[in-house]
Amino acid sequence: MKHKYLLFFLAPSFLLILVFFLIPVVITLLISLTDMDYSFQWNWVGLKNYEEMLRDPIAYKVFQNTLLYVFTTLSLFNVGLALVISLITVHIPERVGSGFRALWLLPRITPSTVYALLWLWAARQDESALFNWILGFFGFEPVNWIHRHPWLIVILVNGFVGTSFGMIIFTAALKSIPSDYLRAARVDGANTFQVIRYVELPLIKWPLMFVTAYQTLSLLTSYEYILLVTNGGPGYYTTEVWALYSYHLAFAQYGGIVKFGYGAALATVLVVLGLIMSVIYWRVFRLKEMMLEPKIEV
Amino acid sequence: MRFKEVPWYAFLLAITLPIVALYALLFVQSISDEVVGLIPVNLTLDNWEFLKDGNIKVPGTTFQHYPNLYLVAGNTFLLAVTVAALEVVFSSLAGYAISRYKFRGRSSLLALALILHSFPGITLLIALFYILNLLGLYDTLLGVIIIKVALDMPLDIWIMKGFFDGVSWDMEMSALVDGCSRLQAWWKVILPNVRNGLMTVIIFGFLSGWSEFIYVLTFISSQDYWTFSMLVYALTTGEYSYIDPGVTSAVAIIYMVPVVLFFLFAQQYLLRIQIAGKGVS
Repeated sequence: MKHKYLLFFLAPSFLLILVFFLIPVVITLLISLTDMDYSFQWNWVGLKNYEEMLRDPIAYKVFQNTLLYVFTTLSLFNVGLALVISLITVHIPERVGSGFRALWLLPRITPSTVYALLWLWAARQDESALFNWILGFFGFEPVNWIHRHPWLIVILVNGFVGTSFGMIIFTAALKSIPSDYLRAARVDGANTFQVIRYVELPLIKWPLMFVTAYQTLSLLTSYEYILLVTNGGPGYYTTEVWALYSYHLAFAQYGGIVKFGYGAALATVLVVLGLIMSVIYWRVFRLKEMMLEPKIEV
Repeated sequence: MRFKEVPWYAFLLAITLPIVALYALLFVQSISDEVVGLIPVNLTLDNWEFLKDGNIKVPGTTFQHYPNLYLVAGNTFLLAVTVAALEVVFSSLAGYAISRYKFRGRSSLLALALILHSFPGITLLIALFYILNLLGLYDTLLGVIIIKVALDMPLDIWIMKGFFDGVSWDMEMSALVDGCSRLQAWWKVILPNVRNGLMTVIIFGFLSGWSEFIYVLTFISSQDYWTFSMLVYALTTGEYSYIDPGVTSAVAIIYMVPVVLFFLFAQQYLLRIQIAGKGVS
């Protein structure tokens, strides 16, 4: 038989993907049409949850928060700072450059609970806490950073993790530019800024677009660090983002009220967005070319 | 260093300093009674005393608020190793089939893996909770393991397929001509040639299991199944959290050690995942 072992090769992973990935997508959609709570009853309520979403003032606030969070973190860190760091580190000696890049990878590989803990300590209220201690030398009064500037801390915490993804991809792209191009520009009298602006940036256009698109989706759906550092607070949904709101509705409501149905409706928005964007990456970034058929067949 | 480069170094140093300071704080905290900024007050090893019997005590109480450290370490290790093992076995099987077999539905399966690999699995939390309850896997490590493996699988398959694509056909052909079955060829000839891919998936799987937080937080309720992420979370913000930064940082350092070791020895693999895995070549 030609494909004797095919099923043996494919079954384990695609069965897992089916049961714990594809079916959950469908179940999320279905739960969003019910008012399910912890008793797991399928009470169909049609589109009620979606109507509630449109009327819910918290959902509106959370929506605005999410836009602020994604746009700021993405532009300042995941793309902005990532680009700056990779540009600087490829223009200085490789040993120094890769050392700096390794330091920037640390926040990403550190377990999230430990990394969040570091920020919680550093941002504490007392004078001896790291941030207040440093700013104290410049004459600043000690403040509770998370209460006074929650968004600043949320964006910094996520930004210091998010920068490394773009940094790695931009660095790889910059290094792959043939040095002839750079030398030719130099010979023609371009200074470093002109080389960056007119040679390097246009050549890494695709990686730039890829990182922007990819990280937009990651940021839209990520809430782990926000949960750990502010848990949506302080106060009334100050730093609550869309995905975290969905999580809170389902798993951490005050007074133990569990709203799987409404939470799933909020999640569905992200699921649909995620599916659309995943398909877009696949088309736009020509991933299809990687799907060439095997050359021969036995 | 030329004079006009100095501002660039200064800038790089200034933005990188917070990272260095944060990790320095963790270290200093663990070996002192108190820390002022980054300056230790009273160096001591008392914070590490819990290593003797694994019991983390809450000052002033006798009740055991936290599970034993060694139990937690064991759970975390079990989770990470199982995730890594399952991921490497499953993805090297599927990656091989997709790379080398021509069959109906091949391109749809590959498209599925490619589309799902960028899909955020975290949005499926509620549905996964439902399924785990249905299967009786809620509050078990196995439930968390299966979910981790399933959600990482599309990326793993893609990584392994890439490595299999790089193995020459001639090598496989000669194995088949010499009488190997497809299965034997895969095991004896192809797998040894994709060692880097296997290492990549193992490291990636281990680290992703070792650091997992949200799924453990959501799908585990008994302290008996806690992993390090839950312990550190409880020590920082949990219900019985007592703020003893010294002990907490000691636990956090223990949690970080394997990650840092992997990081130092396997940076080349980690970088390759980031790049190979995320669609830029």
